[in-house]
Amino acid sequence: MTTQPAPAAPSAPYDLLYSQTEEELRAAVRALLTDRCAPAGVLARAETGRPHDPELWRTLAAGIGAAGLLVPEKLGGAGATHREAAVVLEELGRSVAPVPYLTSCVLATEILLAVACDNADAAALVAEAASGGLVCVPALPLTLAPGAPLPAPVHDGGGGVLSGTVTSVADAVAADVLLVQADTGLYAVPADRAALTPRVPLDLTRPLADVTLDGAAATRLADPASARAAVAGALLSGAGLLASEQLGLAEWCLTETVAYVRERHQFNRPVGSFQALKHRLARLWLDVASARAAARAAADALATGAPDAPLTVAVAQAYCSGVAVRAAEECVQLHGGIGMTWEHPAHLYLKRAKADSLALGTAGHHRGLVADFAELPAP
Amino acid sequence: MTADAEDLRARTRALLAAHPPAATAPADFLRARFDAGLAWVHYPEGLGGLGAPRTLQTAVDAELEAAGAPDNDPRRIGIGLGMAAPTILAHGTEEQKARFLRPLWLGEEVWCQLFSEPGAGSDLAALGTRAVLDEEAGEWVVDGQKVWTSSAHTARWAILLARTDPDLPKHQGITYFLCDMHAPGVEVRPLRQITGEAEFNEVFLTGVRIPDTHRLGAVGQGWAVARTTLMNERVSIGGMRIPREGGMIAPVAAAWRERPELRTHALHQRLLELWVESEVARLTGERLRQQLAAGRPGPEGSGMKLTFARLNQEISGLELELLGEEGLLYGDWTMSRPETVDFTGRDAGYRYLRAKGNSIEGGTSEILLNIVAERVLGLPPEPRDDKDTAWKDLSR
Repeated sequence: MTTQPAPAAPSAPYDLLYSQTEEELRAAVRALLTDRCAPAGVLARAETGRPHDPELWRTLAAGIGAAGLLVPEKLGGAGATHREAAVVLEELGRSVAPVPYLTSCVLATEILLAVACDNADAAALVAEAASGGLVCVPALPLTLAPGAPLPAPVHDGGGGVLSGTVTSVADAVAADVLLVQADTGLYAVPADRAALTPRVPLDLTRPLADVTLDGAAATRLADPASARAAVAGALLSGAGLLASEQLGLAEWCLTETVAYVRERHQFNRPVGSFQALKHRLARLWLDVASARAAARAAADALATGAPDAPLTVAVAQAYCSGVAVRAAEECVQLHGGIGMTWEHPAHLYLKRAKADSLALGTAGHHRGLVADFAELPAP
Repeated sequence: MTADAEDLRARTRALLAAHPPAATAPADFLRARFDAGLAWVHYPEGLGGLGAPRTLQTAVDAELEAAGAPDNDPRRIGIGLGMAAPTILAHGTEEQKARFLRPLWLGEEVWCQLFSEPGAGSDLAALGTRAVLDEEAGEWVVDGQKVWTSSAHTARWAILLARTDPDLPKHQGITYFLCDMHAPGVEVRPLRQITGEAEFNEVFLTGVRIPDTHRLGAVGQGWAVARTTLMNERVSIGGMRIPREGGMIAPVAAAWRERPELRTHALHQRLLELWVESEVARLTGERLRQQLAAGRPGPEGSGMKLTFARLNQEISGLELELLGEEGLLYGDWTMSRPETVDFTGRDAGYRYLRAKGNSIEGGTSEILLNIVAERVLGLPPEPRDDKDTAWKDLSR
């Protein structure tokens, strides 16, 4: 048998478990979300067209200190890693929480951290974001994937006066500051200098808006090359950590569905005693257990800066997107009629899962990246 | 006294110093290793172990391997190591442990498993092989037929389940025996299978006499004893550590790289999906091992065999399509009698056909899904009416 050397083999296996500290963080976040982010409340808030809950955000970001996990202590953060941020995202996925964590505390924070050592404004912004006092959102389409060409940058009319439109920006409506990639570099723009056109999102819990700048004065944070590198790095982290959100979401769907089929009786027995359903749920459990390993590997690879982190992130995204969608679809189906109703929260999870599968690159896009990293070229 | 990691390292070095592998006959080295308690460190002293934590074995194995020490060919004696030994250790008498464990580990005596029958596969407890006590002789007389018996043609001993009281419901009235494969009345016939080779056997038992001293556990308690065996069987499947792109995906990825003329877009998509799933399965297995090492075993073990069975079948199917014309060919249909099974060995056609067994042997995927659903997820069992009926009154 021919055996190729394993491409980009990691020097040591990833730590795929959860540490005691991570479990304590999880317990704190879960307690908060159980208390303040029940599905009925999420739905009621989404129906008002303002899904974000600023009070929940304050407690999560500042009270628990989740906002600054990725930020070093010298910049005002907690000096934790992607492993801890991943645990927060698992819990946020489990409760489809409408908070700008992925956008502000992962994507924007990673962009700012990448340029903060050369730019005092960026350092100040990331410190403020880390304290939870400021929501900073990258003005990038949510579908933008690592490894994909960046969209045409916003035009700088001279001296950091920016004009242009970016579509499908997640959480822009909650932003205090937007990070804009312009042709002359990376800029911070106060959100009130941008015109936002809210769109009707498939995922009611992560609002989308088109952002238009029309001669908006902005503060320059980095040159074009640094800006591109910072955005690319942030997209990699975002995609890797999104896998943990997808894992948490899938876990909720599995747990709720198992509980439901144990209680629901048809034909004089619990429907969960029928082998056809048991096998589907057993397979789903296997998929979720596998998704956990994939998501943990991605978080650990990002935390340790492993050389094969891009491959491990691509593997996690290529796998976890599909598991989350399947879990949500099974949740709707196995709840029967109730799963199709507006009042049952299953639809919130399905909408988040499907939108997440488009966010930061589809599974197909990430398989394409796997082809590159693992040297399995297309014909 | 319980040995710790440092103690084991010292003992391993002492063993290597006293019996340098290069200058020692392999059999002598293995005997010395067993007697030093470094065969399976979690076994008791005197039985090849030191009562140490099981997790410490890996370090001992690695050090011995690095020193070029011979191994006892675990694949050839896998049933003995993986199933017979833990069951004898858990349920055997002191005489049985002393008699059987050492030659088993040394590979001097190969074991096979006489459990499955033509009418009792997934429904193993329905087995009908009879054992009747000849009280005067202190011997059991066994009649019946077993099937799917790996290694029966090389085995010296077998673990055997037989019915000793047909008036009881099927899970009761079963007794567990250690059967001498050289006893009169034991007939082994090759069972040729889908690959053309005869890796398995049918075993006919006609008036086979087993002394009562070779009964393992109490009369009628065979099902409880068998659960030890079955639990260990599933633990040993899918527990291997594999490198990235190891296992069944390796030859397909290699062919893809080396033979660009075979590539198509449709195959590329499927290859990438399966490559990703193989990597995720590898990570899931790695996570399971880390949980075990941390003393927090997770339920993932019950699922790994399901995953590998499905992946092996899909990947080997893809491989034939990738090979095109070559995929129409088969290496060799001559009946052979392999001593071990190499799932990934031979040619692509063999891999495809052999992988079909992965979802049947050691518990079908359907049964394993039931186990996951009921034991991990807590879903209720399907109603069944065979549990409280006397075995002799069940329809067959």
